[in-house]
Amino acid sequence: MSSVSEDPDSGIPPAEVPDLPPPHAHGWWSRWVFSQDAKYIALQYSGTAIAIGMVALVLSWLIRMQLGFPGVFDFISAEAYYQFITMHGMIMVVYLLTAIFLGGFGNYLIPLMVGARDMVFPFVNMLSFWMYFAAVVVLVASFFAPGGPTGAGWTLYPPQAILSGTPGGTGWGIVLMLVSLILFIIGFTMGGLNYAVTVLQARTRGMTLMRMPLTVWGIFTATVMALLAFPALFVAAVMMLFDRLLGTSFFMPALVEMGQQLSYGGGSPIVFQHLFWFFGHPEVYIVALPAFGIVSDLIAVHARKNIFGYRMMVWAIVIIGALSFIVWAHHMYVSGMHPYFGFFFATTTLIIAVPTALKVYNWILTLWRGDIHLTLPMLFALGFIVTFLNGGLTGLFLGNVVVDVPLSDTMFVVAHFHMVMGVAPIMVIFGAIYHWFPLISGRMLSHRLGLIHFWVTFIGAYAIFFPMHYVGLVGVPRRYPDISASFVPDSVATLNAFISVAALTVGAAQILFLFNFAWSLRYGRKAEPNPWRAASLEWQTPEMPPRHGNWGKELPVVYRWAYEYSVPGASRDFIAQDDPGHPASWSHVP
Amino acid sequence: MSIVLGFVALVAVVALTWLWKQGVADRPWLETGAVTRIPSPGGQPTGRAGLGIFLIVAGGLFALSGSAVSMRMGYADWFEMRLPGVIWIGLALLVLSSLALQAASFAARRGDARGLARWLGAGTVAMTGFLMAQGLAWVRLAESGQSLAATPGASFFYLISGLHVLHVLGGLAALARVGARQGRGPAEAATAIGLCAIYWHFLLIVWIAMLAILTGWAADAAALCRAILS
Repeated sequence: MSSVSEDPDSGIPPAEVPDLPPPHAHGWWSRWVFSQDAKYIALQYSGTAIAIGMVALVLSWLIRMQLGFPGVFDFISAEAYYQFITMHGMIMVVYLLTAIFLGGFGNYLIPLMVGARDMVFPFVNMLSFWMYFAAVVVLVASFFAPGGPTGAGWTLYPPQAILSGTPGGTGWGIVLMLVSLILFIIGFTMGGLNYAVTVLQARTRGMTLMRMPLTVWGIFTATVMALLAFPALFVAAVMMLFDRLLGTSFFMPALVEMGQQLSYGGGSPIVFQHLFWFFGHPEVYIVALPAFGIVSDLIAVHARKNIFGYRMMVWAIVIIGALSFIVWAHHMYVSGMHPYFGFFFATTTLIIAVPTALKVYNWILTLWRGDIHLTLPMLFALGFIVTFLNGGLTGLFLGNVVVDVPLSDTMFVVAHFHMVMGVAPIMVIFGAIYHWFPLISGRMLSHRLGLIHFWVTFIGAYAIFFPMHYVGLVGVPRRYPDISASFVPDSVATLNAFISVAALTVGAAQILFLFNFAWSLRYGRKAEPNPWRAASLEWQTPEMPPRHGNWGKELPVVYRWAYEYSVPGASRDFIAQDDPGHPASWSHVP
Repeated sequence: MSIVLGFVALVAVVALTWLWKQGVADRPWLETGAVTRIPSPGGQPTGRAGLGIFLIVAGGLFALSGSAVSMRMGYADWFEMRLPGVIWIGLALLVLSSLALQAASFAARRGDARGLARWLGAGTVAMTGFLMAQGLAWVRLAESGQSLAATPGASFFYLISGLHVLHVLGGLAALARVGARQGRGPAEAATAIGLCAIYWHFLLIVWIAMLAILTGWAADAAALCRAILS
């Protein structure tokens, strides 16, 4: 069954799952294009996600140019503005964050962290990426379609999404958007099957669930959630596509448009909202849980301390994942729902704050009296904690019906969700890239450029989104391209101009990061094996960067959890997960 | 949304029970230094775990479709549709196909190659018959004035039966692949055909549940239960 040699006296049982070699590439195409190696697929996912994310970043500049200096840029019409905000939101949430956390980090880290040679279904994994790639191509195609992309807002609410008043509503825009989402979901399901089953089936010997790093717990739970939540978006997208192309009325009520009675009748836009948010709210945690997991690992490694309350951290991840399925209607307080429903959903929303706060406390207690190294991953992790806390606190405001109703659809909401699921997860992505770049490339990213990148991004993000809360509190609505002629005070215009300048500056800092990335790939300082002295398994491969098959001839055997840092009596300040703990590596056994 | 919430609750109970059995109450920080134990994960065929996860995804898809129907039923213009009789012939064929696949799975486990071929053939023929019955049902519905966009019930019927047919086609493709790979040894064939049989039962259960929702029986049964309880 197993190729792993074992000493019969060691007490190590034979592997239950055979150690099959991963599929090898047979030529240029199968090595560089249709690769089945999870590590390579991870890079393909990440590269595509960052590329399309750059498009969304540029769109955000255009949005801010219009909001900060309305009327100055002639090429930004109201229609174009709606298209920019729609595509910016959808790309960032689905095509960048979801794809990079699960497709990127999931593919790279899961097999390495659980001690597997590859994902369990490598062919399906490869298909998953190419479906995602096709989804991105269709999405990009909508920019070049007649009428341009959809401008329905990232929530794509019907009936306006498929009416002629909305850009792309009766043209190609909305059709391509929905087709792209359907492709994305099919691709994600293929990938998600892999991530979940690899964690369930392909862990190496000794890797119990409670010895897995929290990164794997976060990605695993988010994957399971996504597998349950994305079908809601799938059903909604198919139904809306039917409404748009085949004349059904799933979501379309009887309505008169420009004096014309349309053929629709009887459908319910509220049904769409339920389906959309049944996906949409878990989506927040699909992005947040991998970030929670990764940040836990970054903090433990760079503070040289075991994670405080590991078991509670695992349980909190699972409980947050479960609870996030019964809070969706807090996005719909103004849809005319029964007040008791509002009461129920406000209660469940506030309950989620309990396990979430528990995680924040545990991160802080991990840092408490730790040997904190202010490396770039640590800086970004700290940036995440502060930002997530700030964004989470305004979430408590918005979770309450009476506060949410007046704040609904204002810039306060925009500021809230950008803090909590825009800036915070992006901080983790950057921290993770700085942390695992040596593993992936064998070189270190430039620390000095990274410091500039961090401080400009961190302070700049607050310069953007902190004042935006005040803009929202004075009643500025979201999705309005120009508010200069309305009731808001002049100071809002000044603040908007300030926010826009900050946004452009932060955007420029990301180009510095891309430069650092490209430059360090070639000229960066060579990394020594396990440069951060981490205990988790991905740093213990025979070669760094790990080769195809990850582990050389023998799979590792795991003896402990991933957080043995600063152990009293140990000769080094960490003990790797696959270190049997023989006296040779210890000065004395406590 | 009560249907999908029920489904998610079911998944959550199964998942939490499984997690509990896997030792989520362990204290890994106490296992330092000495080798306390090296349990090995896995132990069941990877394909079975993969299928299990896929069934959760597909089950969720149909639960959400069912939820959408049940929400739409609450509106004043909903009326229950009259389904053509051929639907019930299709359902009978689906039952037969499911039974045949189960018999094929038993035959594969016994190593009975002739029985396996016979039951696989019967299952495939019955499933093809089901697909033809569904196609005929669509034609009959359209002829009776219930085309795709005509009534809300018809729209949902076409949508949900269409999604179900796509899943059937996927199942048939997988079965064809399994049939083509039978030469790889009886143990692997038995596992693969066992998985196909599970999928066939899933297709049957889903279709029964969807019919119950679309015909209004599920709503009637729920109303009856509520009346009894109150």
